[in-house]
Amino acid sequence: MDYILEMRNISKRFGEVQALRQVDFVVARNEVVGLVGDNGAGKSTLIKIVTGYHTPDSGEVYFNGKKLEGLSVAEARQLGIETVYQERALANLQTLWRNIFMGRELTTHLGFLDVNRMERETENLMVSSMGFTSAAVASDAVVGTFSGGEKQGVSIVRALYFQAELIILDEPTMGLSLSETRKFLEFVRGIKEAGKTSILIDHNVFHVYAVADRIVVLDRGVVAGEFLTKDITLDELMEKMYRVAQTGILD
Amino acid sequence: MSSRIEDPAAAISRRRLWRGGLTRFGRRYALQIGIVGVFLAMWAFFIIAAPRTFLAREMYGAFMSTIPVFAIMALPLTMVVIAGEIDLSFGSLMAIGVLVFVNVFAMTGNLALAFVLLLVSGFVAGLLNGIIVVKFGIPSLVATIGTQFFWRGVVLVITNGHPASLVPVKGTLLRQALVGRLAGYLPAQMIWTVIVAIVVWVLLNRHRFGAHVYLVGDNRDSARLMGVNVDRTRMMVFAIVGIAAAFAGLIGSLEVNYFWVNLGEGYLLRTLASVFLGGTSVFGGVGTVLGTFIGCFIIGAIEGGTVATGLTGFWTQLIYGLIIIISISMHSLVRRRLAGS
Repeated sequence: MDYILEMRNISKRFGEVQALRQVDFVVARNEVVGLVGDNGAGKSTLIKIVTGYHTPDSGEVYFNGKKLEGLSVAEARQLGIETVYQERALANLQTLWRNIFMGRELTTHLGFLDVNRMERETENLMVSSMGFTSAAVASDAVVGTFSGGEKQGVSIVRALYFQAELIILDEPTMGLSLSETRKFLEFVRGIKEAGKTSILIDHNVFHVYAVADRIVVLDRGVVAGEFLTKDITLDELMEKMYRVAQTGILD
Repeated sequence: MSSRIEDPAAAISRRRLWRGGLTRFGRRYALQIGIVGVFLAMWAFFIIAAPRTFLAREMYGAFMSTIPVFAIMALPLTMVVIAGEIDLSFGSLMAIGVLVFVNVFAMTGNLALAFVLLLVSGFVAGLLNGIIVVKFGIPSLVATIGTQFFWRGVVLVITNGHPASLVPVKGTLLRQALVGRLAGYLPAQMIWTVIVAIVVWVLLNRHRFGAHVYLVGDNRDSARLMGVNVDRTRMMVFAIVGIAAAFAGLIGSLEVNYFWVNLGEGYLLRTLASVFLGGTSVFGGVGTVLGTFIGCFIIGAIEGGTVATGLTGFWTQLIYGLIIIISISMHSLVRRRLAGS
């Protein structure tokens, strides 16, 4: 199998809390994997290890077959791992273009910013990628004035701009309206059609079931089970999820 | 697919946006326009109230020799405040820098070495502030009160409270370059202030470092999630203020040819007032170099102006304090309107 991401035996502890216990998690190329589980199941910790934000206490991470060690967020992004965070990870007092290029500013030489190019690219992106003809026409608009869906759009465009191979979506539908959510799910399908890979974390099983190829259930820091969406009905999945939450056992 | 009819809702929202764009322009530059307005109004007031003083050439020569001492610190301090931090120790760092300068020069007679080590000592002391704040997680307000007393104490212990004469440096190229008078009038420190302003402006607006300063001050968690090296950025802003403080300390001392052990004690309030008056938000994420630059001249003129218009010098303290309170309160309001959803 051609895995873009392989995580083996990952454990992570925060003080008294064992967030992850010997977790194995793989993602095949061009797959959409849904990562579900209750609050505190370890979903966010697991993906923050992939993005270089957390370092695992033990275990190995391979990306494109290459072992990652001492990974930083900047390095992970360089490798082609981008994330759309639940909290949007925006700087609300800064302009749109500064947010798009946050942490990955385009520079000319010696770290000097290529402001013109960043502004131009931002204008192009808002029209071409997001079809934003509304609030975001200006690349120098302050992001704090945007609506929830527009902010989501900004963090998605940001992930796409850098030609990421693996796009991680952490609770992306939180705070979105119905139509924004529908648009978002279309976008996840678009990622797959474009030949890219994504991991979707969501509380809402309906959303995950609608777009994922495979669903991995995390519970209290361990993988409780996984299913191909084509092999399971939504009702069966819901029942299993409920049982896991109650007992910690799938079947 | 390509020929799309725009729906009326989008057209309306676009029109609304157009007007929104104008408001946004006003809102974005309001602070800078405002500060320039305040500056001109105050200037006009002083000229009317004390024409003999404020139309005299000498008055401006005096302003340009005294204001740079704190302007050179206020400009990089703007970056600290934008990053969401504060530094209260720079007055003591002025003294520690000049102490190093005086002693190295007395021991080696090497002026260049003394100057370089002055800058290095400022950098190290500033970096130490950064390390205490970032690595030990101490709020910068508290950490820099601590280092303020510590470094002042070091100066007092080493000098035993005795000042040192800088007369031996008189007539050197260094003194000429830092505090000489161009064409017999323009103080060199004014040129240095402009250079510092340009350097800080380029750093903040045209360099990755400055981009990160704004991001860190705006939302530290987001910056970290997106791969900004938050810790290094926070430490560096303190280190840069340290270098600037040592440099400003030397200018202040060379101007009077004397190193007083309490050098820098009078600069805390007016430097901070300049930064806040200039529109830099105490909550971080917002601030401009132009604002601080003009803020410095307003603050400097207030001192000369209050005395010249017949008020006692005691008023300046009151006015500085008032300026700090008003400008940070204004910011709290502006920020709530901007950041509020």
